Amino acid sequence: MAISYQLKRADFIFKNENDWEDVLSKSIKRTPSELINELISSELKGRGGAGFPTGLKWKLTAEVPNVTKYVICNADEGEPGTFKDREILSMVPFKVLTAMAICGHVIGAKEGYIYLRGEYFFLQPELKKAIKEFEYYCKEIKLDFTIRIFMGSGAYICGEETALFESMEGKRGEPRNKPPFPSDSGYMGKPTVINNVETLAHTYTIFKYGAKRFYDLGVQYSRGSKLFSVSGDSPKPGIYELELGMSLTDFIEEFGDGDTKAVQVGGASGFLVPRKRFAETAIGFQGKLVGISLPTGGSMMLFNSSRSMFNVLDNYLEFFREESCGQCTPCRVGCQQLLKGIKAVKRGEKNARYLDKLLRLTETMKLTAKCGLGQSVANSFSSIVENFREEMIY
Amino acid sequence: MTKKIKISINGIFVEVEEGTTILDAARKAGVIIPTLCYHKDLCIAGNCRVCVVEVAGQKRLAAACATPCEEEMEIYTNSLNVLHSRKQIIELLLSEHNADCTSCFKNGNCELQKLASDYKILKQDFIRLVPFKNYSIDKYSPSIIKDDSKCIRCQRCVRTCAELQGINALTVAYKGDQMKITTFFEKPINDVVCSTCGQCINHCPTGALVEKNYIEKVWDAITDKSKHVIVQTAPAVRIGLGEELGFPVGERVTGKMVAALKRLGFDAVMDTDFTADLTIMEEGTELLQRLKGVLVDHNPEVKLPMATSCSPGWIKYIEHIFPDFLNHLSTCKSPQQMFGALAKTYYAKARNLAPENIVSVSIMPCTAKKFEAARPEMHDSGYRDVDYVLTTRELAIMIKQAGIDFMKLEDAHFDRLMGESTGAAVIFGATGGVMEAALRTVYELVTGREVPFKNLDITPVRGMEGVREATIKIENPLEEWAFLDGIELKCAVAHGLVNAKKVMDSIRTGQSDYHFVEIMACPGGCLGGGGQPIPTSLEIRRKRAEAIYAEDAGMPLRKSHQNPEIIKIYTDFLGQPMSEKSHHLLHTHYTARERF
Repeated sequence: MAISYQLKRADFIFKNENDWEDVLSKSIKRTPSELINELISSELKGRGGAGFPTGLKWKLTAEVPNVTKYVICNADEGEPGTFKDREILSMVPFKVLTAMAICGHVIGAKEGYIYLRGEYFFLQPELKKAIKEFEYYCKEIKLDFTIRIFMGSGAYICGEETALFESMEGKRGEPRNKPPFPSDSGYMGKPTVINNVETLAHTYTIFKYGAKRFYDLGVQYSRGSKLFSVSGDSPKPGIYELELGMSLTDFIEEFGDGDTKAVQVGGASGFLVPRKRFAETAIGFQGKLVGISLPTGGSMMLFNSSRSMFNVLDNYLEFFREESCGQCTPCRVGCQQLLKGIKAVKRGEKNARYLDKLLRLTETMKLTAKCGLGQSVANSFSSIVENFREEMIY
Repeated sequence: MTKKIKISINGIFVEVEEGTTILDAARKAGVIIPTLCYHKDLCIAGNCRVCVVEVAGQKRLAAACATPCEEEMEIYTNSLNVLHSRKQIIELLLSEHNADCTSCFKNGNCELQKLASDYKILKQDFIRLVPFKNYSIDKYSPSIIKDDSKCIRCQRCVRTCAELQGINALTVAYKGDQMKITTFFEKPINDVVCSTCGQCINHCPTGALVEKNYIEKVWDAITDKSKHVIVQTAPAVRIGLGEELGFPVGERVTGKMVAALKRLGFDAVMDTDFTADLTIMEEGTELLQRLKGVLVDHNPEVKLPMATSCSPGWIKYIEHIFPDFLNHLSTCKSPQQMFGALAKTYYAKARNLAPENIVSVSIMPCTAKKFEAARPEMHDSGYRDVDYVLTTRELAIMIKQAGIDFMKLEDAHFDRLMGESTGAAVIFGATGGVMEAALRTVYELVTGREVPFKNLDITPVRGMEGVREATIKIENPLEEWAFLDGIELKCAVAHGLVNAKKVMDSIRTGQSDYHFVEIMACPGGCLGGGGQPIPTSLEIRRKRAEAIYAEDAGMPLRKSHQNPEIIKIYTDFLGQPMSEKSHHLLHTHYTARERF
């Protein structure tokens, strides 16, 4: 089924309106349940890639009575091909800080943390300045909310929310067993809202303009706009805010170099879409209206016909082999086997049918890995191997 | 009252308390789910993924050990997805594991081997990863061998070292394919804070952590005609050995064990229990001297509380972690080392043997004893006091190697001179036992009366609670001990080093004012030692403790000072407790060690 949604640009996130004080002071005069309802009716879903409804997340955390709670901004932007959060934090930090404070007001938290990716160390001085100014204003309006920066140390896995908590608690960054979920037991075992930088920036838009402005963008199940980090074989790589629900055909028309062979949607843990599937693929969360719908943290990597898909997969698997935390068997050993396996097939040491065994392995990893990392290795592996099998073998 | 919820497992309906894990619920329903990283003694890790099950309505499989049951949950433990995935996970583990089973010390008692056998992993076509890794074997410690190639990264050792012992000598380092279990800066185990207690060995499912074994050396000694090989057996060995040789947990096999040792060819089979009684005489006297030093002489050099020194894991721990408290330790050697020093002096003289021809072997429930025997200060006889230390497990291996049908053995008795013991010595094998034995003797020494407990059972110091306290009031003492009249002797017992730390911290901060503390490095005391049969769990340790106390209750003599051979050794050789000769042979000093 071809998709008729056109590529539509939006401009909310980076529009610097310099009115955060106004948004903050007005928002905290509203009741938590009002704000939650606003968020829920906007149908905003998490922009980190998993797409959990943000309003529900805040609601669940708000419902836990009488304990210390935390707001955490996940700025451990580590997915290969994603670089939008860095821009948000350097261009419009106040939107994020404001959203964190509003979240604190909604759930009853007095402390917020920004978990900043180790490689984004250079953002720290400006961000600290912004926080200082922000906290000064909070005091002025008698809002008890502080924000601290916690520097990550460069592990991809620490972007996984529970591994992030472990890291903040001074432990080894390894994902926890779920349940319990962060809304019950997050940082320091306390109820915690953890949101991606972009998600928080969108809540700012929603609280400022109302849910409807946001809801009117996008398509059913995938409302609003989203930042896309475009990279690879594109004449205009960069960050673009687009409405959700666009078809890949339209996207490639705009960003491709005329020779696009495939697009990797969602980074190393996302899916590869070959040209023959562009028309039936839309970017957004799973829904019934569109054909294949791919959720994403916003990474769009374009590959043209000069690229070897084997090398692409090899690169992703090398990444996962190194970035798996190593605690659970399917992920730790599975990644090694996948990497060694495709090389063995390429060298002719293993029969081409071995790829089927590896595909079965990714199925096991998807079913049994402890966290999203191990579960999502299957995405890129199976979509690349299934669509470019001959490139894996010859 | 916790809420009850109804679930179904493979169509079997069960009612469980809210919060019960799927694994526990399944066990209740009679459904066995395989596990690897799960251990009853430890917190849930959920990292091996062998226990995955299918929950109706969920996209992914759930780890049974880590997932709590929810109302109306429909669980399937043998669905196609589960079977495929479980088998593949075992295959993955095997591909990363040095599965050279026939040359592995744990061959036959390996949980991974059992899984591979149960699931018949016959075609292993994943690429063998072992050759690609720079695995190393750490064999520098006299107690523990760590072979990374056999590690499956279940982190049971890491959790053991952290949760049971509070040491964190073993931790996880690196990530991804490089992730491994290692020590501080990857130093050899012998060079880090490790207490050598061996609990990691007891909790390791594979052969990645095993004791350094001295079986061949002992065989060489036994078969060497020029050597007189004597052996001592620790209290906890007699209640653990049976488990390795086909008896149920908690079976007492003292007589059979002695018979087996004689059949193995040891020239004399004697008992560490004898020196346990001797320890009580020395340590009890030392306690009284310390009480006098503090209460009467107000000597600031004399420290209270006095802490027991029988557990070499505890000794190494305190040397590392509380080096400023070493003068609280009793100067008494452990029973093993007292025996060793006497074997090549008292025993040699009595039997007219040249000490250099004596090989002294000990059978211990412990791996730290191997380290202790190798300490440079343990040469007071002029020779190495204890030559070889074998664990309970190693002895069982020797018995099997020798083709001894253990079940059919007639009971035999320990040899004389250092083979007689009392019930007070047997209970050294259980947490609280040294305390109880000491109190039985000290109270009687001071008051001339038996301890005021029914059947001499000082129940407040028994049990499996991590820290236990007891107070005994001394009334109407003999004239010599008049200064103790009305004193409430405050005692504490701790087992597992995480509990030792609690007691030591409370002593350091002055929150407690104990006179006497007993500390055992291992959970349950020696009966749960690092050299005891695998597996271990609280239930198993409880049963072993029952066996220990039953052994005590069945002994004709229950107080150390009644032991006729003890009376004899003081008359013939040592003079009196804390005499000069005692000091030379039976007492020692300690070394402050660094944490890093």
